[in-house]
Amino acid sequence: MARMNMIQALNSAMDVMLARDESTVIIGEDVGYFGGVFRCTDGLQRKHGEHRVLDAPIAEGGIVGSAIGMAVNGLRPIAEIQFADYIYPGYDQIVSEVARLRYRTAGDFYAPLTIRTPCGGGIRGGQTHSQSPEAIFAHVSGLKVVMPSNPFDAKGLLISAIEDDDPVIFFEPKRIYNGPFDGDPDKPAVPWTTHEKGEVPEDYYSLPIGRANIVRGGDDLTIVTYGTMVHVAEAAAERVGADAEIIDIRTMAPLDVGTIVTSVRKTGHCIVVHEATGFSGFGAEIVATVQQECFYHLEAPITRVCGWDTPYPHAFEWEYFPGQKRVAAAIRDVLEAA
Amino acid sequence: MSDAISKETLLDIHRRMVRIRHFESTAGKLMEDGKIPGALHLYVGQEAVAAGVMANLTDEDQITSTHRGHGHCIAKGGAFNEMFAELYGKVTGYCKGKGGSMHISNQALGILGANGIVGGGPPIAMGAAFANKFHKNGKVAVPFFGDGASNEGSVHEAANMAGLYKLPIVFVCENNGYGEYTPQAKHQAIVDVADRAAGYGMPGVVVDGMDAVAVYEAAREAINRARAGDGPTLLECKTYRYYDHVGIRGMGLNYRTDEEVEEWKKKDAIDALERLLADQQMLSADEAKAVHDEVLAEVATAIKFAEDSPLPDPSTLLDDVYA
Repeated sequence: MARMNMIQALNSAMDVMLARDESTVIIGEDVGYFGGVFRCTDGLQRKHGEHRVLDAPIAEGGIVGSAIGMAVNGLRPIAEIQFADYIYPGYDQIVSEVARLRYRTAGDFYAPLTIRTPCGGGIRGGQTHSQSPEAIFAHVSGLKVVMPSNPFDAKGLLISAIEDDDPVIFFEPKRIYNGPFDGDPDKPAVPWTTHEKGEVPEDYYSLPIGRANIVRGGDDLTIVTYGTMVHVAEAAAERVGADAEIIDIRTMAPLDVGTIVTSVRKTGHCIVVHEATGFSGFGAEIVATVQQECFYHLEAPITRVCGWDTPYPHAFEWEYFPGQKRVAAAIRDVLEAA
Repeated sequence: MSDAISKETLLDIHRRMVRIRHFESTAGKLMEDGKIPGALHLYVGQEAVAAGVMANLTDEDQITSTHRGHGHCIAKGGAFNEMFAELYGKVTGYCKGKGGSMHISNQALGILGANGIVGGGPPIAMGAAFANKFHKNGKVAVPFFGDGASNEGSVHEAANMAGLYKLPIVFVCENNGYGEYTPQAKHQAIVDVADRAAGYGMPGVVVDGMDAVAVYEAAREAINRARAGDGPTLLECKTYRYYDHVGIRGMGLNYRTDEEVEEWKKKDAIDALERLLADQQMLSADEAKAVHDEVLAEVATAIKFAEDSPLPDPSTLLDDVYA
């Protein structure tokens, strides 16, 4: 099996789908001639042609809108929004148009559209190159929202997203494009080549959207998380020596409620961890679900560890980022509350 | 007028306009009488634009429409039964009642959707045009939008990309002089929206939108150009809505004068075409009246159909959010 980082895995997913299905096209800023600022589409235009991998102007509303028009007319577009922070000019087209297209036409129209976009901080990108806006998409009915935490999942989930007949917003935590990140910025970067999830088949395979992954089993508490924070949670649990069950939800919408509920009913303790701002964040949805489904099994209040309720600060990146220390402290608090 | 236009085509354009006029004026009354729920943005006055453009299109060609979209849908072949039923929110409507006035769409008729978001349609039409070019299927896409929408970034982005990719698309701006309630001079510094075409590398054409024949001819040239692979055109039609932004009387506030409305009504496109057809001895006054009567009867039948139709079953509330 090949060894790939997340960029290579995503590139491989798109390469496989461009070859497999002639209706697959890519549109985005710098994606064709240049190959993408993060290199996710490197070489694809050369291989598959300018009509399949399309350079767009810097116009996110136009990119999303055109991809919707393509999708209703028999293509399977993959639109790249260069940073999740740039997605807002396209937000109207996503929310007002594609999310509700199937519903408002009573199924007459649908749009198999995938929007890929790198999200999250940890690269000193400042306020407009670090955001994690998954909650404002998960809030919108009609959208599916995905965020992988490793190369193997990234390829399998992206292929599923491309094949899905509904619009999928596919977030890529850019901090872990090249290797897992445990939250300690001072440690030397570890490449995916040394990680088991860096083993990625070169051929077609898919992973179902809407299915969480139990990253490690445990009996003391459940940590529900996704994206970069999966790796931070693992490191934090190890640091505390807690027998934590760590669930990588992988998709926010649809949410795999069953896996979360089964785990929390077993452990009686639950922490929700995400990088995005806490207030009205996606964690609130998880907490609401857990308290409703697991109330009589809970032995401590459910705790959230999130980004602070501020824009992503340039100066305080590691104070903002919910690192190992904050997650570890939450683990101790929840276990001691028992 | 050009003698290249056949009698059959002129009568077709006339009928499309009459269909819009009676559908809209009746729908407006039903709304103001509280029978049709919600707000209707009516197309009366602008009929020449939809009719003149659509007479050049086939069912396979595609349009995106606006919040003032009934006229486009009717001219594109929309049936009164399904349209009235949709306005009433009935299950027999084009969208099974889930769309409503501002969101009528139909795959078979090439109506990619009316749109409650000003400027929402052009990017989608542009993408549809891209797919049509990709599939080499010869279809043309036509997004309709107003002078108000021309200020939206979405329209600019769509036009720029259409010019860049040389897409088979015709941008039809219906300049009715008002962005909702604000006169054009108070919302943009130009008089002709078509001036902007130069910035997109496409021709910009201004046409009298109260002259159905002129619209038909200008649209024919632009649509032929698109179909031949020569790229997009921005076609601006100067027109006017007789009714308020919403409904017939609307809010009854004085943002424009009665004199202005009356001046435009003197240029009424249906009257003008009927005069022309009479002069050419293509349609007598009696024959014209017969068209109106026939359409009015169809309107009455459709209203009965809509009123007699059931509401959607509440059990379908959650259907069609996902596949």
